[in-house]
Amino acid sequence: MPTEILMPALSPTMEEGTLAKWLVKEGDTVSSGDILAEIETDKATMEFEAVDEGVIGKIIVAEGTEGVKVNAPIAVLLEEGESADDIGDVAAAPAASAEAPAEEAKAPAKAAAPAPDAPKSNASPDWPADAPMKTQTVREALRDAMAEEMRRDENVYLMGEEVAEYQGAYKVSQGLLDEFGAKRIIDTPITEHGFAGIAVGAAFGGLKPIVEFMTFNFAMQAIDQIINSAAKTLYMSGGQMGAPMVFRGPNGAAARVGAQHSQDYAAWYAMIPGLKVVMPYSAADYKGLMKTAIRDPNPVIFLENEILYGRSFEVPDIEDLAIPFGKARVWREGTDVTIVSFGIGMQYALEAADKLAEEDISAEVIDLRTLRPIDYDTVLASVMKTNRCVTVEEGFPVGSIGNHLSATIMERAFDYLDAPVINCTGKDVPMPYAANLEKLALVTTDEVIAAVKKVTYR
Amino acid sequence: MAARRTTKKPNVSADELKQYYRDMLLIRRFEEKAGQLYGMGLIGGFCHLYIGQEAVVVGLEAATKEGDKRITSYRDHGHMLACGMDPNGVMAELTGREGGYSKGKGGSMHMFSKEKHFYGGHGIVGAQVPLGAGLAFADKYLGNDNVTFTYFGDGAANQGQVYETFNMASLWKLPVIFVIENNQYAMGTAQKRSTSTDEIFTRGAPFGIPGELVDGMDVLAVKEASEKALAHCRAGNGPYILEVKTYRYRGHSMSDPAKYRTREEVQKMREEKDPIEHVRELLISGGHATEDDLKAIDKEIKDIVNESADFAKESPEPALEELWTDIYADVAPQDEA
Repeated sequence: MPTEILMPALSPTMEEGTLAKWLVKEGDTVSSGDILAEIETDKATMEFEAVDEGVIGKIIVAEGTEGVKVNAPIAVLLEEGESADDIGDVAAAPAASAEAPAEEAKAPAKAAAPAPDAPKSNASPDWPADAPMKTQTVREALRDAMAEEMRRDENVYLMGEEVAEYQGAYKVSQGLLDEFGAKRIIDTPITEHGFAGIAVGAAFGGLKPIVEFMTFNFAMQAIDQIINSAAKTLYMSGGQMGAPMVFRGPNGAAARVGAQHSQDYAAWYAMIPGLKVVMPYSAADYKGLMKTAIRDPNPVIFLENEILYGRSFEVPDIEDLAIPFGKARVWREGTDVTIVSFGIGMQYALEAADKLAEEDISAEVIDLRTLRPIDYDTVLASVMKTNRCVTVEEGFPVGSIGNHLSATIMERAFDYLDAPVINCTGKDVPMPYAANLEKLALVTTDEVIAAVKKVTYR
Repeated sequence: MAARRTTKKPNVSADELKQYYRDMLLIRRFEEKAGQLYGMGLIGGFCHLYIGQEAVVVGLEAATKEGDKRITSYRDHGHMLACGMDPNGVMAELTGREGGYSKGKGGSMHMFSKEKHFYGGHGIVGAQVPLGAGLAFADKYLGNDNVTFTYFGDGAANQGQVYETFNMASLWKLPVIFVIENNQYAMGTAQKRSTSTDEIFTRGAPFGIPGELVDGMDVLAVKEASEKALAHCRAGNGPYILEVKTYRYRGHSMSDPAKYRTREEVQKMREEKDPIEHVRELLISGGHATEDDLKAIDKEIKDIVNESADFAKESPEPALEELWTDIYADVAPQDEA
């Protein structure tokens, strides 16, 4: 049977084109790969090749014709043994509509994310109330978490700059080389893009890498591998393979290290579906959430803080402290205002709450702990109780976690609000070096107090 | 091209030679069909065809064993067919249907098969290079003797992460073969306008990685090079570079008119260097196959490709619920906090 040659779509956006020139005439024998015609698309003039072999039986659309719709028949190809008489009304028939999907625009609601239930705070304890406690720094808690998980699973390994022989640029991996050896504690060259990619490949290949960035500022070199390779592969492969791994290291400002070493990336990574994002404050949370991060079968961004590394907290001294993602911690209960923070922002939130208490303002303080998943319910339940909210974070103000929480509170608890939500953030400037200016650029306890007074009209 | 073309009597059996003919023809006909479906609007977005380069993947795959891995860029249809993935599943992914390898969620550039050890299908030029070294890192860590083929083009060869990877792959003696598929054009930029040296395979030398130039239009030369590189890697000697010189007949993608080269240049390649014609001549002149034998193969391939196109048209679009699946893997019960 004669085959219709259809006007091809030659770019992602082409709907019609000009048949600029025929390079064959009726009666010509063609084989696959021969150039039949030149076609002008919306982008360029393209050569159009034959796919099948045969004889050009009829040219339907003359050269020079403009506005030829994609999929309209432009010629008829005869197979061996056929003649022009066989064409019949094939060519007269309207263009056989390609079986392209016609139902693109179905009701969008069907594919929308499920509507959330009414918010309910999860106040279950992270460890037994009678657990013995010990005092530990954040640094030690992180090391213990990694060591425990490496004992548990031999496919967990640590790689990064200075993690092995130097014992960690910030001494987080102290002692791990001695216990686990050079096969599992691996010093890399200074090559973030490269070793991040190698680690993602190793995760595709069945290992569970922990990648230490000396700081997340340097992970900017590797962000393509983190987002395009680690976060998206599970989805792009239809669930066949993903990257079970942890990217960790200090994030945010240290002290006087200037614009290129001081950025907080919490909001950047929290935007990406496919990643999980953790940013703890206390040593117990560092330990319990790191253990959960290593066990998680997804890529986890674990944002640490250099200033917190040396800070001591009470940590439960129990066999297996793993804390679930997506569960905020209420540090302090209160009735007048909800202060939401995470990471080092918690320091300002808690200090502010103490001082506010002296002025008879009762603040509830919530530590989000994980930013993806994020525990909206605990925040919303609290705001519905206090009717006021202030968020605290160190990152830049535009597109901040606080902005996102404000929008969520507005959508889901608008009627409960007695004042606009205020976001306390770092200032909208690159981090300055001068001591006085750096202090101005960071969020402060005084700013949190001022914000609370504003929303409580005090 | 300095690479030598096999002129001696091939050291493969007639059956193997026929198999290469068949495998290369499958890729060519599949790609022609994909081009046709694109023209009909059934395939959307970007679609990069492999026509002309068939001998590269078929020759390299001819020497592999079960467990070896492969990873490449977005010009990936040939690699998938050559490692044994189902043409139906590949074509249905191109049309964005439920029966595709990624359930229609990946598309032409992002396809994977755990079963066939095919790790993508990557859309960012050069990003697959450290990923491939990472797969090799995992095999070395796990203590097996598998080797990973990491394919990239002459364009990707100018990405910084390639050299970061060369350094670590050599430092850690990773079992990875870097296959530079040099089709001589990085999209529209000829090699001489983009690349400071003619010999890309020598770029591993400063890192201590041996490399060689291979005629990518000659499947037997490619197979021989693959055997040599695999032996090197399996013996624990670290990475190896094969710069396989080849040529793509079509534009960079379906919407590229390829005005950066002359029609005569393309025509000359097709007439004088075509990898499929080369094997066809070897089969006929060596008396290993008759015209009728080859016609039968052509027919068989045409049927497979037509079936894949039918499957790809008939397979339904993914269910709307699929929008929300495969974003996160479930935490195993024993790992729950």
